[in-house]
Amino acid sequence: MKLIKVLGSGCAKCNQTVEFIKEIAQQEGAEIELQKVTEPIQIMQYNVLSTPAIVIEEKVVHSGSIPKKEQILTWL
Amino acid sequence: MFQIFTDLATEAVKLIGLDLESRLGASVHFFIEDVSKIMVLLVVMIYLIALVRASLNLERVRDFLQRIHPVLGYGFGAIFGAITPFCSCSSIPLFLGFTTARIPVGISLAFLITSPMINEVAIVLLGSLLGFRFTLVYVAVGLLVGMASGALLDLLKAERYLKPFLKDALNKAAETITEGPVLPTETPSLSLQERHEYAKDELYTIMKRIWKWVFIGIGVGAIFHGFVPESWVTGNLGAGQWWSVPAAVFVGIPLYSNATGMIPIMESLILKGLPIGTTLAFSMSVIAASFPEFILLKQVMEWRLLAMLWVTLLCAFTLVGWFFNAFWPIISQL
Repeated sequence: MKLIKVLGSGCAKCNQTVEFIKEIAQQEGAEIELQKVTEPIQIMQYNVLSTPAIVIEEKVVHSGSIPKKEQILTWL
Repeated sequence: MFQIFTDLATEAVKLIGLDLESRLGASVHFFIEDVSKIMVLLVVMIYLIALVRASLNLERVRDFLQRIHPVLGYGFGAIFGAITPFCSCSSIPLFLGFTTARIPVGISLAFLITSPMINEVAIVLLGSLLGFRFTLVYVAVGLLVGMASGALLDLLKAERYLKPFLKDALNKAAETITEGPVLPTETPSLSLQERHEYAKDELYTIMKRIWKWVFIGIGVGAIFHGFVPESWVTGNLGAGQWWSVPAAVFVGIPLYSNATGMIPIMESLILKGLPIGTTLAFSMSVIAASFPEFILLKQVMEWRLLAMLWVTLLCAFTLVGWFFNAFWPIISQL
């Protein structure tokens, strides 16, 4: 099961991103574990400058916007 | 060039069957003219600017600010705040990222103060509603307030009041931080096609976010335009009383609107005779600082630093207000 983290300090876009990934994963029947990271101290460790940012298996793959559907599909 | 929008509004008001001389007619005319003009200009400007800045991102800004001398940093921090596409919901990661890259706190704050005030949307609105000279003044003042506040906060050693975890990170050697996964900072040069795709995306995202603000801002401005008599504004909020500027700033800081919603209201305040300085001071404090933003920043700053920031902005905008109330008659003659 893939671990997907969404980094963001509680902004609207971050919540939308979480919901969006959840929705697509469900559609595709992909098994994922989705985590929301809101603590500044943890976000800092990933060295991202803009949120929402997506971390997959501890690797930052995207930051700064709600990802597109095609992008999410490649991560699942 | 913009006459077409005035004519369009006149025709539309006639079509609805309103009298142009009536209050309602004047408000509706003002609304249609401004909304149509601004929407067209926004679409053109956002697209063109996005085309140019497609390859600019926060990672490159950080690397640049890290390399230059701090004294220049305040200026560039403020300038990048103005030109980098940035949403205030990213304030926290940006602040963290800049701080751990050992960029002085004041430079990050210069960026964060200027960022909401100056952007292409604000410039389109100012230019079309208030003219070229006023736009220039607004941009210059916005940059100056950002730079000066940032520099002052560093002089006061604001970094003392960062949250302990951030101070630790700042003190630790930089290598422990850069070990983590890092996004590639080199941006490959983009083809025209890629730039077009990016600009199209930007246009869509920005317009989706701001169109309602344009309507609300111009709507409130239009009501003000039609229904609040000029004598009331000049009588109650004139330049005569020295305290009207700090009072306007004091009221403005907790209020929040983005530049898109606020600028049309600025226009009608000025048209109704509110002094330029008071208008600038009030609007900038509404746009630049707000409670929601301060609450976000509380995650990385102690109360003391937030209070310092708040007082600095209060003083800066008050000075701006007094200056332009006193000297605008001279500046507008230049």
